[in-house]
Amino acid sequence: MADNSKAAPAPKENMGQPIARYEARQKVMGGKIYSSDLPVPGKKAYAWMVTSTIAKGRVTGIDETAAKAVPGVLMIMTHKNRPALGDIASFLKGGMFVTDNNTLSGPTIEHEGQPVAMVVAETFEGAREAAHKLKVGYAAESPSATFESPGVTTRPMGEINPRYKPVKFKDAAAALAGSAHRVDAEYSTPIQHHNSMELYSTTAYWDDGKLVLHEPSQFVWGLRKGAAAQMKMDEDNVRVKSPFVGGAFGGKGAITVRTALAALAARQLKRPVELVATRAQGFTISGNRQETQHKISLGCDAQGKLTGYDHSMWEFTSRVTPYNNGGLDNCAAMYDFGAVSGQNYIVQGDRNVPNFMRSPAEVPNIYALESAMNELAAAANIDPVAFRKMNDTRVNVTNGAPYTSRSVNACWDAAAASFGWDKRNPEPGSMRDGDWLIGWGCAMATYPTQMAPSAAKIVLRKNGTALIEVAAHDVGTGCYTIAAQAAGERLGIDPSRITVQMGDSRLPPGPISGGSISTASVTSAICDGCDRLLTSLGLTADDAKASDSADRLAAALARSGRPVAEATGAWAPIGAPDDAIDRLYDGGLVFVGGAGEKRTMFAFGAEMVEVRINARTREIRVPRMVGAFAAGRIMNPRTAHSQYMGGMIWGMASALLEATEIDHKRARYTNDNIAEYHLAVNADIPDVDVIMVPEVDDEINILGVKGIGELSNVGTAAAITDAVWHATGKRVRDLPVTIDKII
Amino acid sequence: MRPFDYQRPARAAEAVQAASANSMYHAGGTTVVDLMKLDVWRPDRLIDISGLSDTSYDFVQRKDGRLRIGALTRMSSLADNAMIRSDYPLLSDSLWLAASPQLRNMARLGGNVLQRTRCPYYRDTGYDQCNRRNPGSGCAALDGGVTRNHAVLGVSDQCIATYQGDWAQALIALDANVELLGKDGPRAIRFADLHRLPGDNPAQENNLRTGDLITAFSIPDKTWKRSKYLKIRDRESYAYALASAAVALDMEGDTVRDVRIGLGGVATVPWRASEAEAALKGQTLDEASATRAAQIAFSRAQGTQENAFKIKLGRETLVRALLETAQMEG
Repeated sequence: MADNSKAAPAPKENMGQPIARYEARQKVMGGKIYSSDLPVPGKKAYAWMVTSTIAKGRVTGIDETAAKAVPGVLMIMTHKNRPALGDIASFLKGGMFVTDNNTLSGPTIEHEGQPVAMVVAETFEGAREAAHKLKVGYAAESPSATFESPGVTTRPMGEINPRYKPVKFKDAAAALAGSAHRVDAEYSTPIQHHNSMELYSTTAYWDDGKLVLHEPSQFVWGLRKGAAAQMKMDEDNVRVKSPFVGGAFGGKGAITVRTALAALAARQLKRPVELVATRAQGFTISGNRQETQHKISLGCDAQGKLTGYDHSMWEFTSRVTPYNNGGLDNCAAMYDFGAVSGQNYIVQGDRNVPNFMRSPAEVPNIYALESAMNELAAAANIDPVAFRKMNDTRVNVTNGAPYTSRSVNACWDAAAASFGWDKRNPEPGSMRDGDWLIGWGCAMATYPTQMAPSAAKIVLRKNGTALIEVAAHDVGTGCYTIAAQAAGERLGIDPSRITVQMGDSRLPPGPISGGSISTASVTSAICDGCDRLLTSLGLTADDAKASDSADRLAAALARSGRPVAEATGAWAPIGAPDDAIDRLYDGGLVFVGGAGEKRTMFAFGAEMVEVRINARTREIRVPRMVGAFAAGRIMNPRTAHSQYMGGMIWGMASALLEATEIDHKRARYTNDNIAEYHLAVNADIPDVDVIMVPEVDDEINILGVKGIGELSNVGTAAAITDAVWHATGKRVRDLPVTIDKII
Repeated sequence: MRPFDYQRPARAAEAVQAASANSMYHAGGTTVVDLMKLDVWRPDRLIDISGLSDTSYDFVQRKDGRLRIGALTRMSSLADNAMIRSDYPLLSDSLWLAASPQLRNMARLGGNVLQRTRCPYYRDTGYDQCNRRNPGSGCAALDGGVTRNHAVLGVSDQCIATYQGDWAQALIALDANVELLGKDGPRAIRFADLHRLPGDNPAQENNLRTGDLITAFSIPDKTWKRSKYLKIRDRESYAYALASAAVALDMEGDTVRDVRIGLGGVATVPWRASEAEAALKGQTLDEASATRAAQIAFSRAQGTQENAFKIKLGRETLVRALLETAQMEG
């Protein structure tokens, strides 16, 4: 058993102190720290969205009589009376929005759960009652729900994304034809939804022509820019506050329909308006992980050396805004493949636009690749860990770009030692305990190390305390604490004497809190700011490292004659365009990392799981999971441990539980609640052993930090399906593995 | 939620008096409030019975050859009752394995047996078709809908919604009676007569008359120490059963003297597998006889493409429950 009695693992080499996050107590005590807790001037009104019950067709009429008669109803907005909005664009088109189309633009219905009206009332209950009493007439057409539905459109990725290039390295078909062992298999992953604990909420109010938005956001500068354009305002007149985010997982990065609705209602009513999407509405207004299908051929020679890898991937998306992940170029960098080909396709139907969800491309793509790796290892009769080690690589073979660091073999060793992998009998069905079939499986975890430009302002005061300002975001990861740790180390101040301000668009711009870029990007900007501050005081890094650093800072500040010392740092990652900082200040997105032209930057891990399956009723339980991860410098082993553990739990749930069910006839999600959309509960996860393997990477950024938020949930599903095979002899390739698939 | 009248009487007779065709009793509220928020239920009056004090409705007692349980007893309270855990493990198990601690602390047993289906087409008024919610409108589930969680026993061409409770399977297995207070005074009915098969009229879900208030459950006082509730589900906790079996055994050596079987997660109502019981009585309980009984229990099961696995799973669940119960101390 892993020792989970200690929340704070002791730091190893190249790891910071495991201090508790500063807001921990407020979080467990229910402190009012989230966006919708923030005070507003005046009495709030409450908005309720009325959403479409059909997936395709149009609204033929809306009878407001009964709704208007509900006491306290203040307004009803539909496409007939919605005030003008500025044009918007999705990420795909360079914008910040989930979709390319404004809400309530007309009678056309593009997906189920699309807002068709908004009711605002004096009370939450009144708004809901009136919403239920609004009679919406529809002319419904037969929708295309998912893969294999009539009417879907399948296209090569290149048709919608001109920059897309299929992966091509040598002749994969020829290499596969000459393989001694070969796996040809099809895999699929289901629709999933973020289901953060905190719902999608927006509170809007206007103050002298200026708009203030309280909204949980992964990108307050982006939200400000997008909302300003949509409301046809100057960006300076919009402010976004998002001090803490109660879970995001990608769902709170792009701007949803609710922001404009709340802003319009608040403007019209001249009072604050709060709009909270219900759990079910959250399934359709902010997107989801789209379902994918994969066809893989993977071959090796008689000794187990990989020869060829061919991967075709289909992902389902919306008809109007074809969001997609792609991502096969990252798969191609994973091993010493002899030859690679990869093709992406999109399949479009009458669905809401998908969205980023924790490791968007890697969760499905690496699941498929790692499953094929396990199957090929079994076909070649080689232990799956040994098989991976013999096909390890130091470069991305498709372009020769070297890894800046890659410690996956050390992860395998650490995981195997803790798990007891050497006791595994490779024969399927061989490890039984009474009525329970036991299976052990493994897979590699990986995530590209990505970064974005960031600014940060540092203020040093005479009393020895400091203030950091950066419009970054704490989505539950401990980002405030880590920012203080980074500055504390750089300046030689105890982090408890540093106050950090985040989650406000008035602060210097930080990166979007997505792609696991925050820690690497924000700490780099903070370090740059700290260095500038030291220089401005005539100090050096040696002064900050000295045991009397606080005295040296105080003396230097006194000498300078300045009331406070201030410096603003700005940092752009290696390989970023020259105008990266300008684009940062323009609320734009610049991402660098992963499989680049000159260098290959990834974090890695090794995961091992045990499943127990009842021989008769076939329920699958996971009594233990071991994950070993190496991701450059670990700023705080305590918060890192939580992220890794949470990720492995996500991965387990993704393999066995999480799937959004869709009605194929009506293209509607049917389990849009957290009773029937199964996230893992405590009883599902008896033992999670997280091992942090020390790794140093001096090349990637100032502190050598790799993102970890989206690492440990990648690969878990492949480890679990391999364990299911090991227990039962049955390969389940379509996730999630539920009882019906193995009984 | 639409406006409603709210009353909180102190006496059961007042509650019954206040009841009308469109009123509802409310105790823990875990079903009533949920369905009102969804606009599925639109009562014009809620009669809160949690404060009834003319006599106790929160009790567990053995008296006059019967085990009686008050209808306002909380799920968690009965589940944790030492006598119940010792002498009627299936009554305790079936409650522990249901819902979550928060819900078990709120929900009362009278309401627990009347909880409504989780069929998505019933719970969402955005679907026009639901014979249970809107008589004569059709069945979206049968008309191309998602049916993985739906029933395979007791289904009709009007409705295949699953009865998703757990405790009811134990009650029906133990020949429980339901004590009622109605407009015409107190009476008792068999628990097996409380729920109605969907048949041609799924909207009429039970045989309660307007005003009928469940006051207690009673069970013939024969202990069933050798009994259990086995619940199979995708998620280890806080999930509805894909299949469950409430089994009670009275053994003489390896021979079955008496056996009771309730099945859950697979039927439209709490389900008693009487024919399977008959096939086991007087037989040696082993893999072969248990398998035969399970075949009989599901011989008339009808699955859809998505839920046909429940027939096999239901059989395996019953076999496992029988064999595991046989291993218990008598």
